[in-house]
Amino acid sequence: MAWSPSEMTLGDQATLFKELAMRLVTFILRRALHSIFVLLGLSVVIFGISRILPGDPARMAVGARAPQWVVDNLRAQMHLDEPLFVQYGYWLADAVQGKFGISLVTRREVAEDIKEFFPATLELALFAGILMGGFGILLGTISAQHKDRWIDNVVRVLSYLGVVTPAFVFAIIFMLVFGYWLKWLPTIGRLSEGLTRPPVITGLMTVDALLAGDLVVFWDALKHLILPAVALAMGGLAQEARITRATMSDNLTKDYIAAERALGIPERVIMGKYLLKPSLIPTVSILGLDFAGTLSSAFLVELIFNWPGISRYGINAMLRKDLNAIAAVILVLGVVFIVVNIIVDIVVAYLDPRIRLSAERSE
Amino acid sequence: MVRMDTPPLLEVRDLQVHFKVFGGHLKVLDGVNMIVRAGEKVGLVGESGCGKTTTMKAILRILPQPPAKIVGGQVLFRGQDVLRMRPDELRQIRGRGISMIFQDPTAALNPVFTIGQQLGDVIRYSHRNGRLDARQIQLKALQSLKEVALADPERLLHSYPIQLSGGMRQRVCIAMALATQPELLIADEPGTSLDVTIQDQILRLLHNLVVERNTSIILITHTLGVVREVTDRVYVMYAGSIVESAPTKTLFANPMFPYTRGLMQSVPRLSGGGVAEGIPGRIPNYLHPPSGCRFHPRCPHVMEICRREKPPMFTVGEEHYVACYLYAC
Repeated sequence: MAWSPSEMTLGDQATLFKELAMRLVTFILRRALHSIFVLLGLSVVIFGISRILPGDPARMAVGARAPQWVVDNLRAQMHLDEPLFVQYGYWLADAVQGKFGISLVTRREVAEDIKEFFPATLELALFAGILMGGFGILLGTISAQHKDRWIDNVVRVLSYLGVVTPAFVFAIIFMLVFGYWLKWLPTIGRLSEGLTRPPVITGLMTVDALLAGDLVVFWDALKHLILPAVALAMGGLAQEARITRATMSDNLTKDYIAAERALGIPERVIMGKYLLKPSLIPTVSILGLDFAGTLSSAFLVELIFNWPGISRYGINAMLRKDLNAIAAVILVLGVVFIVVNIIVDIVVAYLDPRIRLSAERSE
Repeated sequence: MVRMDTPPLLEVRDLQVHFKVFGGHLKVLDGVNMIVRAGEKVGLVGESGCGKTTTMKAILRILPQPPAKIVGGQVLFRGQDVLRMRPDELRQIRGRGISMIFQDPTAALNPVFTIGQQLGDVIRYSHRNGRLDARQIQLKALQSLKEVALADPERLLHSYPIQLSGGMRQRVCIAMALATQPELLIADEPGTSLDVTIQDQILRLLHNLVVERNTSIILITHTLGVVREVTDRVYVMYAGSIVESAPTKTLFANPMFPYTRGLMQSVPRLSGGGVAEGIPGRIPNYLHPPSGCRFHPRCPHVMEICRREKPPMFTVGEEHYVACYLYAC
């Protein structure tokens, strides 16, 4: 809106706010409805895989030495003797309630495992996402504004390196340099020994520590977070810097920038407002994908830093054919991708009125 | 009509601009000279690609550099060289001193901000004494939109460029360029992208507004009829330099540079003759421009000296100058 809220009467503000909130809610509901179909499709694939793979799930669950009647009982209990679509129905009904069965590896409810491991990776990915967005956009902006000068060349070479280097290489280098040589930061786990973890509210250690008001634990958790998060963020950060630079240096040659300069708008306003907003649109879309991708591709980094995350859990489940766990992990990551996409769509619609207006017209 | 002894508001001296491209430098502006006096309405004509827009953008220093590079010359605004100004001095000139209407109103408006945000910022940062509060800015914005005869300005303030028609966008661009209350307005082919009736309305509107405020204007246009109606004096540009300048009436009565003559003849007339023959050939390659007079390969009266040396400006009448050896004596 063009005029600052202080300029409007309270009534105006209330109506405006209501209208915006309504539009946002409709948008989210519509996208959520679409998402249900995506999730259903995903569930069919997951279920299909678990039934196509060779091996009797019941036999695998009880082990090779269990007598046949135990297996038969379990088969009946798991509805394995019924037609596939009936099995799918039972499976889906359970999955919706978060019942994925027992994990073969941890011998616990899969839902319990997810509850424990997912927040750890989410915390890592959120922190990495902030770094990717913040520093990526910052570096891209600096690069675009000094196009073809030395600072731009430095950023470009570094971002090439960042894009082509796998996260685990950064992880090992960081661990060596900052963990072993300089001894600045811890390299293992989420919290130092001797500290008790705060009561679980969100599952994110740093947030829980803050909620509990325990600054010592917060600081320690944050230090544990830095190395793996930075290692994970490097690729995306470099990618975001490159995209921001490309879009921005392209937009810098646009007539509207020349027009804004010609009309005497100060350079800082042009850069921080009129150039930044249209230039962020592609970056935000890629940032969303990079963030969601971090969750599933964090395996090696989690392994190196001994981070009890869902990526490591998922890979272990796959290596041991732990079907229940695999199904749950894929479904959780699918939900994350969908949520991230909805958020990206909202941000892009905010940034680009052309998309917003055409979406509203098509309703 | 502005008196000839009025001191110049804008004086462009020997402006040279090159563009760096793969394989060399395009020598686009080859020493442009022009003067605009306070209150004067000046026309600038020439075929597409001859450097009109480049000259105007160089005056405001809004050429994308690189690839463009201002190689030499001076742009004096009220006697001060714009090309050597510090950023803060430059900002005093842009907008309040000189403002510009761009060729394509769709490209000249930022697609992701409302008209109110863009116009509001133009008003905020070009205001001369003190700061305006949001209320004052809104009132001024509404007023500038009304001045360009736009209906329902309140709603327009909250609209995005994409929601407006081409004609409305052009009017918004004019409103923005005039909202700074400039001393000199550069209008680069306003309305060219619109249909003829709208273009005519836009030009009339623009003319009335600048006459009302006694703003100086440089009007770039391909429509010679408009030049004749609106301007006091005309510059004719060919391949990066001014080849002829004269008071409008003189130029139309007695065009002298061979290119200008061709230009006058290429205006299609409804009565008799049909479509005129035009000027054979096309604008030269700027990477390896012709030696001497850049027009010589197309000139029907070419002489030996034209191939060797660039002709200086010869005075051929009162305020009438032409860069052609045909008139050297």
